Amino acid sequence: MRKNAALTQIGLHPQTAPDFPAAAKGLLQDAQLRKNVRHATDVIQAKRALVVAEQTDWQQLREAGRAIREHTLEHLDFYLEQFEANCQRAGGQVHWARDAAEAAQMVVALVQQENAREVIKIKTMTSEEIRLNDALEAAGIHAYETDLAELIIQLGKDSPSHIVVPALHKNRQQVREIFAREMDLPNLGDRPQDLADAARMFLREKFLRVQLGVSGANFLIAETGGVCIVESEGNGRMCLTLPETLIAIAGIDKVVPRFQDLEVFLQLLPRSATGERMNPYNSIWTGVHAGDGPKRFHVVLLDNARTEILADAEARQTLHCIRCGACQNACPVYRQTGGHAYGSVYAGPIGAILTPQLQHMEHAQSLPYASSLCGACYEVCPVKINIPEVLIHLRGRIVREHQQGWSKLNPENLAMQVVANIFQSRTRWEAAQRLARVGQWPFVRHGEVIERLPGFLHGWTQVRDLQPVPPQSFRSWWRARAEQASTVADTGSRKSF
Amino acid sequence: MDTSNARAEILARIQAANGATSGAAQLLDAAWMALPRDYVRQGLLSVADRLHLFEERLTDYGAHVFHASPKELPGVIERILTDRGKSKILIPEGLPQSWSPSNIKLQQDDALDAFALDTSEGVLTSATVAIAATGTIILQSGAGQGRRALSLAPDYHLCVVFAGQVVETVPEAFTRLAATSTQATTLISGPSATADIEMTRIQGVHGPRFLDVVLVR
Repeated sequence: MRKNAALTQIGLHPQTAPDFPAAAKGLLQDAQLRKNVRHATDVIQAKRALVVAEQTDWQQLREAGRAIREHTLEHLDFYLEQFEANCQRAGGQVHWARDAAEAAQMVVALVQQENAREVIKIKTMTSEEIRLNDALEAAGIHAYETDLAELIIQLGKDSPSHIVVPALHKNRQQVREIFAREMDLPNLGDRPQDLADAARMFLREKFLRVQLGVSGANFLIAETGGVCIVESEGNGRMCLTLPETLIAIAGIDKVVPRFQDLEVFLQLLPRSATGERMNPYNSIWTGVHAGDGPKRFHVVLLDNARTEILADAEARQTLHCIRCGACQNACPVYRQTGGHAYGSVYAGPIGAILTPQLQHMEHAQSLPYASSLCGACYEVCPVKINIPEVLIHLRGRIVREHQQGWSKLNPENLAMQVVANIFQSRTRWEAAQRLARVGQWPFVRHGEVIERLPGFLHGWTQVRDLQPVPPQSFRSWWRARAEQASTVADTGSRKSF
Repeated sequence: MDTSNARAEILARIQAANGATSGAAQLLDAAWMALPRDYVRQGLLSVADRLHLFEERLTDYGAHVFHASPKELPGVIERILTDRGKSKILIPEGLPQSWSPSNIKLQQDDALDAFALDTSEGVLTSATVAIAATGTIILQSGAGQGRRALSLAPDYHLCVVFAGQVVETVPEAFTRLAATSTQATTLISGPSATADIEMTRIQGVHGPRFLDVVLVR
């Protein structure tokens, strides 16, 4: 328990996080966490299944969503420039950031320009990606998370474990404990309604007082220069409309060509994300509206390796993602480990393909292997990202990288070279089988199974037994049978004479 | 803040990744038009069924639905507000005078500050479009709907929707919104809610905790 708490409190950073198998091993010991994750993902999946089933044109919507995202990426330069021009015409200011550090510094500078010491924030995974809260704190600016789940995370000094429901790993008693302590409410009840009421009271004064809002964006509309944010609680609307200044951070992949395209995504996203026909609030605004909402509006467009993903023909569908989290809820691996094992704010199947790519394939290399390739993620994806295909592609990239230079001398690579050589010839294959039949005896238990392989092969038998090589292979049995048959046939033909 | 270097670099990277600069706007228009859109665009329900669906979906999300003819509207508004124990309610500019209930004080929003909105008893607005399939009402910054904060900070929202404003599907709503797509637009589906704790939907977090809708036909 204590070990896991420590794991989450260091904050999720793909460059310092332990490998997935190591992190997962620790988290799997936490029965409470597994129970919480299982319960939440079961509930959300059942709700999703109901509202998807009633949408008779679901497959057509998915195909439209996929096609729009693909088309947008093919013409991303055009649509980004169009968004920029239209947003600026409507009174917004657009800034471009090459990487996470640049984006975080840009937001800090914009906040300082307003002489603000505090900001109110809407849940934005992009800000988690660029570690904005750390950068703001370093500059002496306090960020108040206003989404209920993000508030739980912030007050509990925890890290998000899901892209839609970041505190999904906490149950009501644990949330109650955090709120009672941090909000100084010793008599707080643990019904979800009590906890939501406590959050309402705690944040109300911040909404009314703080004059700077920070948000992400669900969609940037090139045609109008508008921005769309999808939420439930109304904390988003508070941050978007009450402050004097609003700063929105958006990945360059968030753009859609036209206003009308929202008719597709606003059907796909709520049903996939929270299992609702429509989430309570969607806000669409365009630049600055006189007499309505913030007087100054900034958009920070973030690249942070997205253009590298775009350059990889087989992996670029990663950028189709609309961050619904359906793949996380459906994933048999995520459902066991929860999100923290992935060492990234983007957990689950989408995180397994997105995180290593955002890290230029230099970190988080265990993540593409954190999957059984069962395809549940692909099936529920509202924009049809073939996640298993991308996982295999990324595994290939990692292996090929390890075949460069000195690292090609690593034992795994050498072993694989030997195996490849053996697979190429029948004689070598059969010789290897004979050798294994003789050599395996020290490892075979009770004459039946191999429970533990030696050396680096032991990973294979860590969670499963291995059948020993049988005394006779199918091929040799077939050959012997054929020889026997021809002898019988010869004898038979002789008799007929 | 000058980010033109980053801008040039990012656009160049995109063009390199795509192998080319995007074509002319007309070519893009043609490609966009050719995208598959085989989903349901046009609803098939009769008017009565559509309104019934709208009411059912609103109720499902915890909103209360009332009915009125145009003539009955002021009386129905008054009854709802009285039953809710309201004596004074905020209204946006441009709300039809003829809706005014007689026993309730109306206060027009005149750039009230956030604290005044917060402490008000509630707000009465009209809407632009509504979607039956999702139980959604859509407000824009037009007359009778006001600025966005007005339908947000008060704890109670009473919204008047006319039968002719109710469409069946999401695409039909976006077709109707096309002409005013740059206005500040808010889609509201039931009272404020969250499912952040154990995925249990709880009503009423930061937006209005109570949403009543009068359907006029």
